[in-house]
Amino acid sequence: MTESLPINYLTYPRGLRCWLLTLDHKRIGVMYLVSVAAALVLGLLFALLMRTELIAPGRTIMGEDTYNRVFTVHGAVMIFLVVIPGIPAVLGNFFLPLMLGAKDVAFPRLNLASLYLWWIGALFLLLTLAFGGLDTGWTFYTPYSTSTNTNVLAAVTGVFILGFSSIFTALNFIVSIHTLRPPGMTWRRMPLFLWGLYATGLIQVLATPVLGITLLLLAIERILGLGIFDSTLGGDPVLFQHFFWFYAHPAVYIVILPGMGIISEVIPVFSRKPIFGYRFIAYSSVAIALIGFLVWGHHMFVAGQSVLASTIFSALTFLVAIPSAVKVFNWLATMYKGSIELAAPMIYALIFLFLFGIGGLTGLFLGTLSVNVPLHNTHFVVAHFHYVIIGGAVIAFLAGLHYWWPKMFGRMYNQTWARISALLIFVAFNMTFFPLFIMGARGLVRRYYDYSAFLGTNPEFTLYNQLATIGGYLLVTGLVSMATCLISSLWTGRPAPANPWNAPGLEWQCSSPPPPENPPPPAQVGDPYDFSQLAVPATL
Amino acid sequence: MIGCWSNAVSIGSVVIAGADLQRESFWLPPPASSTAPAVDSAFLLLLGISTFFFALIVLLGLWFAIRYRRRPETGPLPSPSHNTALEVLWLVIPLGIVGVIFYHGFSGYLQLRTIPRQAYEIEVVARKWSWLFSYPNGHKDENLHVPVDKPVRLVMRSEDVIHGLFIPAMRVQMDVVPGRYTRAWFRATKPGEYNLWCSQYCGTKHFDMRALVIVHRPGEFETWLADAAKARETLSPVERGRELYRINGCWSCHSIDGTAGTGPTFKGLFGREVQFQDGTSSVVDENYIRQSILDPQAKVVRGYQPVMNTYRGILSDEEISALIAFIKSLQ
Ligand code: HEC
Ligand SMILES: [Cu+2]
Ligand SMILES: [Cu+2]
Repeated sequence: MTESLPINYLTYPRGLRCWLLTLDHKRIGVMYLVSVAAALVLGLLFALLMRTELIAPGRTIMGEDTYNRVFTVHGAVMIFLVVIPGIPAVLGNFFLPLMLGAKDVAFPRLNLASLYLWWIGALFLLLTLAFGGLDTGWTFYTPYSTSTNTNVLAAVTGVFILGFSSIFTALNFIVSIHTLRPPGMTWRRMPLFLWGLYATGLIQVLATPVLGITLLLLAIERILGLGIFDSTLGGDPVLFQHFFWFYAHPAVYIVILPGMGIISEVIPVFSRKPIFGYRFIAYSSVAIALIGFLVWGHHMFVAGQSVLASTIFSALTFLVAIPSAVKVFNWLATMYKGSIELAAPMIYALIFLFLFGIGGLTGLFLGTLSVNVPLHNTHFVVAHFHYVIIGGAVIAFLAGLHYWWPKMFGRMYNQTWARISALLIFVAFNMTFFPLFIMGARGLVRRYYDYSAFLGTNPEFTLYNQLATIGGYLLVTGLVSMATCLISSLWTGRPAPANPWNAPGLEWQCSSPPPPENPPPPAQVGDPYDFSQLAVPATL
Repeated sequence: MIGCWSNAVSIGSVVIAGADLQRESFWLPPPASSTAPAVDSAFLLLLGISTFFFALIVLLGLWFAIRYRRRPETGPLPSPSHNTALEVLWLVIPLGIVGVIFYHGFSGYLQLRTIPRQAYEIEVVARKWSWLFSYPNGHKDENLHVPVDKPVRLVMRSEDVIHGLFIPAMRVQMDVVPGRYTRAWFRATKPGEYNLWCSQYCGTKHFDMRALVIVHRPGEFETWLADAAKARETLSPVERGRELYRINGCWSCHSIDGTAGTGPTFKGLFGREVQFQDGTSSVVDENYIRQSILDPQAKVVRGYQPVMNTYRGILSDEEISALIAFIKSLQ
């Protein structure tokens, strides 16, 4: 360490026991950060295996059954262990109480329990890997999932437990926001990150139980042979899809809403301007959360669903796109006439606008009834949701991580290095996923182990797949560079002041890193986007 | 009125995309069905609109980042922190635009899903990992033969898990679900051969579960069908067995050249001694083959997964005998 830091939550009290039994939301957030990062490494490893297999047509490094297991595990780990908990469990846990000026979340023990449930759920997914693997795809579609002889039960148990972890976090956030707001922080003066977490919490609490019940039914069918989804037993396989997407579409908003909250914090601070159209942004989060419950059928336009149902689902899907568009315009308007500093968090926010723009707009293609037909189940869909989930949520997470890192760990990281990593991630991401849009539109079906049979009509697929694979390696290189930059700052970075960006938020008022006990809130809390009293920091 | 508007927009987007509907587009495969143009025009409309908005977002973002970059002395310039009229405007304009897109997609979808009454019917069976197409005269084929310029209705069912029938050139995709019939239709407009893929993940050979769509020139379809049916009547048992091997998809798991696939090869199978998972063994004879076809899980060959479905109710005794004759011939 260049200079030692004052007593803080990281150093006091010491000892592994104190960490594992802590009720401090900050420590729980940090443990979640380490855990989610470990899961991310695992998920990336499987992604690279998959991309390496696809670098050339035919068999490259693995057989078809292995490939099917690899893409399944990649999807399950990334969705259930990384992006669903991601922002809420890491940054939400750390900053929600600080932003509220509260001592902790409303139910600290429940919070620790949620972390332990995450660990147990992760253990089950690892057990699945060790015993028989899983080859259903992360979607567990019946009757494939009830008839395959891979280890569906272990995986389903893991996901079921992870669901409770997610519900516990959400419950905590909802109750904390209702009961712990400091004097002066009305609903209309709440930081937008908290609005994002609140809307997310609503979805998690309402939708996750449906996933739990669905997976329970699946397990019952597998163990007891009860006919729920299996048509030979009198069940209906499409029913599973309805249940599943009733959770899994809102889950997209579990992933993206907190990310939008982060962007709404970062852009004002680095533009030195209040957020433009606070009310529209705040209410649009809740609007997305609510309408998001009514669009699940857009995953089933070609599943034999009736034309009427598909029509209604398509119309509602377009409706849910509007609040996101409004947010984008409001963010841009916030930058207008600002004093913009392109620090690493702001660079990530701009990357977010670019990538989420593509992700969102391609969603319109898939929501359009007729256009969905030739695009469904192709690489176009794969590209679309990676643009939304990585380009949206993961990039927003990185924006947040770079924004709050000085507060979390008390060190400033190297700006130049962080910005270069961000640019590498940006370029590599597009190189990996843009070719998938083209191949998908030209008919390449997803979850295909081999594309040799396409080369007769589409010889260019080899080149596009090579681009995507090399892009994948570069993307991981960018992520490693980004992480090295942050982690090395713990030893080499200069100590962070309490408020390095001169931001108005309450979370910046305590020392960096925060003391073990959160300081009490001021007697009266002001506007979280009021920059008038704060000096503009010098350019970095 | 909406239609008029959207036509104007799609002409605009055609210009942007640099393509017109008759020529090949950069994005979608060359269209080959009567419904493809409606799908493609909606696609181009979307491409135009999203390119416009994407460019708008990126250019504004870049422009602001450069124009209003932080300078040492000056802070932010005075500007309002909200403007209800403006915000309502950019709520209502996208709403109108998605309304147009929705309408365009909806009308195209109606065409895709409204099957003409006089359509020629072909029955489709999907199973791991092959397709079977049955024609009204009783002929069965592993490829989909259709006449040009005549609507064809596909009535589809699955024998195991969910599959998806996907013909990119025709812009046709529909899941094939066990326990219910799903339907799709198209009218091919250009003779030729096209690919048909399985689009719903179904396990090991999902990527290999494909067939050809053969669009016959006017008049040639009928001759092809009559010849194919007549050819079957004159087959010897071994040839008949070979045909059954083909159309029932045995080939997707059992090779006839000695290579091991998802299932054991048929080459040299008859008379060979096989080891089972439970440690027993037996010599392959007619009864063993018959049992393997009707009750595959009764004895599972060591080193293989129990993934074969029963053909009880699918193959007749006469057909099983033909298959046995075929397997015997592969020494
Ligand atoms: C989905 C893949 C699949 C399909 C399709 C399939 N089989 Fe099989 N078959 C297997 C597997 C795997 C085994 C070995 C395990 C077992 O005995 O069940 C097997 C075993 C057999 C055996 C015993 C072979 C031996 O070495 O003892 C015969 C005979 C057989 N199948 C015939 C057929 C016929 C005839 C068809 C077509 C009508 C067919 N199979 C279709 C997968 C398949
Ligand atoms: Cu969805
Ligand atoms: Cu299939």
